[in-house]
Amino acid sequence: MKAATRSKSPAAKKSPTPAPAGKGHNRAVPALDKAKRLALFQMMVRIREFEEQVQRSYLEGLVHGTTHLCQGQEGVAAGANLALADGDYVSYTYRGHGHCLARGMEMETAYAELFGRATGLCNGLGGSMHFTDIAKGLIGAAGIVGGGLPAAVGAGLSAQLNGKGQVSAVFFGDGSVNIGAFHESMNIAQVWRLPVIFICENNLYGEFTRINFTTPFEDLTERAKGYAMTAVQVDGNDVEAVYRATAEAAERARAGDGPTFIECKTYRHRGHSRTDPAKYRDPAEVEAWLARDPIPAHRAKLVKEGLLTQKEAERITEEAKAEVKAAADRAAAAPWPDPQQNFTAKMFA
Amino acid sequence: MQTQEITYREAIAAALQEEMRRDPKTLIMGEDIGPSGGPFKTCQGLYEEFGHARVRDTPIAETGFVGAALGLAITGYRPIVEIMFADFLGVCFDQIVNGIAKHRFMSGGQFAVPVTIRAIGGAGLRFGPQHSTTAESWFMSVPGLKIVCPSTPAEAYGMLKSAIRDDDPVLVLEHKALLSSKGHVPVGSEATQPLTGPRVLRPGRDATVVASLAMVPRALAAGEKLASEGIEAEIIDIRALRPMDLTPVFESVRRTNNLVTVEEQAKLGGWGAEVAAQVTSEAFDHLDSPPLRVGLPEYPVPYSPPLEDSVLPSPDAIAAAVKSLL
Repeated sequence: MKAATRSKSPAAKKSPTPAPAGKGHNRAVPALDKAKRLALFQMMVRIREFEEQVQRSYLEGLVHGTTHLCQGQEGVAAGANLALADGDYVSYTYRGHGHCLARGMEMETAYAELFGRATGLCNGLGGSMHFTDIAKGLIGAAGIVGGGLPAAVGAGLSAQLNGKGQVSAVFFGDGSVNIGAFHESMNIAQVWRLPVIFICENNLYGEFTRINFTTPFEDLTERAKGYAMTAVQVDGNDVEAVYRATAEAAERARAGDGPTFIECKTYRHRGHSRTDPAKYRDPAEVEAWLARDPIPAHRAKLVKEGLLTQKEAERITEEAKAEVKAAADRAAAAPWPDPQQNFTAKMFA
Repeated sequence: MQTQEITYREAIAAALQEEMRRDPKTLIMGEDIGPSGGPFKTCQGLYEEFGHARVRDTPIAETGFVGAALGLAITGYRPIVEIMFADFLGVCFDQIVNGIAKHRFMSGGQFAVPVTIRAIGGAGLRFGPQHSTTAESWFMSVPGLKIVCPSTPAEAYGMLKSAIRDDDPVLVLEHKALLSSKGHVPVGSEATQPLTGPRVLRPGRDATVVASLAMVPRALAAGEKLASEGIEAEIIDIRALRPMDLTPVFESVRRTNNLVTVEEQAKLGGWGAEVAAQVTSEAFDHLDSPPLRVGLPEYPVPYSPPLEDSVLPSPDAIAAAVKSLL
């Protein structure tokens, strides 16, 4: 493990290093068949196109306030979710559109929520940062960094008490690993051996600040050592590696062997939030990571192995573009919520 | 109804035990609540009966275990958490105000959030500035929470049972100076207490005195004292701080024409200000004097016994406040 050196100017930041391959625990995870590998590609493309449409809708004035997009990190959302089962609990952060889509969130209700409409996933009460779909096990997101981790631990305790082999998977960023809620959650999950999978998307930036200014190392598996928790580091831009790591962690959790910390090395293509042009990043770093975009990487692998043609890949992309456009158009035509509705009923059961 | 004379502390333990027997989805988490029965013995006997799965000693990590209660609640459980000293609610403030209080609303009302947060607060036991708050007003401006403050063993028992059965987050503020107080409690019954509404404890015609927690017995003592001087104060226990239904207080002030509030916290931002404001709006024409608030000074509760005693409103001070209006 290399410790990051504290640098004073953005120009002095260390150059990006390719993420190492997964160091799994040799649990037998069945190889993915062709259909699933293609599905991973399709899901990543759908997430990418969903987010691109959010950006366009924002510029059209349809999305309000702020949004936190996940282009570049689709490999984590798609890969990890493929390893989860119905009945598992999933939680995430304000950068959570991808996780919810991978779990089956309907695009139209998602756009309607982003557009603040009555037909939105949360009736327009939550917005971009709070997609919640309890029927799909999407238990929600905290808009406050690290704030959702304790609830994920609670869902893990729920899963343990149920005794049905469920797991609680929680996605969060590198910015979360320095706040108390993260540490308390890791500790409780480990001492109670809860079936929780901590999936850290290390995109190197906590909001606008590079990790070397905030954290004593860039390899966040270091954090897990303090809790004696099994930790795995994977290339988050390798969707199949993320799948394997998560599947192994899920197997451990379902077997009663406790939590796992998975660090996914990844990068967000855009800024922290909609108003952030991310000018603080070293262009060489951005360029290097753009070259490691998880979608073309997976597509190239599938093409090389003869599982996908370029033409089919283009068709999948075109279909996703059409899907998001149609969903956003329908959502934009939806009615606004009624300010006279009974909000107490939304607040209290 | 069959009742037993037990302490406030025993009433809490009885309510927890009965509700945990009643609903297998209930569980309690907190610091030192397992085999040791809780620092204030409010969880006595629970670990022996329900075991580690449902009576969980937690790490000293309020953010972690209070936040975990949210995750449990939205996935089918009915968690109870104990905050050893109400002062420690500050440690998990985010989980309560941004998580537990808002999660149902943010989801568009997709699920219930049946979390009960018990916090043992209050002064009078020489615990000093960081272990003596009642925390009554800390959460009063947070929609999404219900807040109750039982002042007797019967209220502690009945309101805690109601809080646990309630499908919404309820913050139960208990008081450590009341733990050994005794009262008649319908142990083992289905008699719960409502989570809203003040209660008139002593009728009177000359002034309305509204108090909470350990100020309630002091207000009652002041009422006795005043009665010996021919002044009849109506003593009301506010019982619930959120939602705040003051109908009985309005009704009382319309008869007595005078209002005094007594709270064990600084007056600025206290619930007494809210009561005074609402009474002024609802019964302005009935007031013969400006509402008077009695509370603590604008500094933390001090440790030294004579100092702590001096900041807590005494029955004499409450009686004097009432007399100053008449």
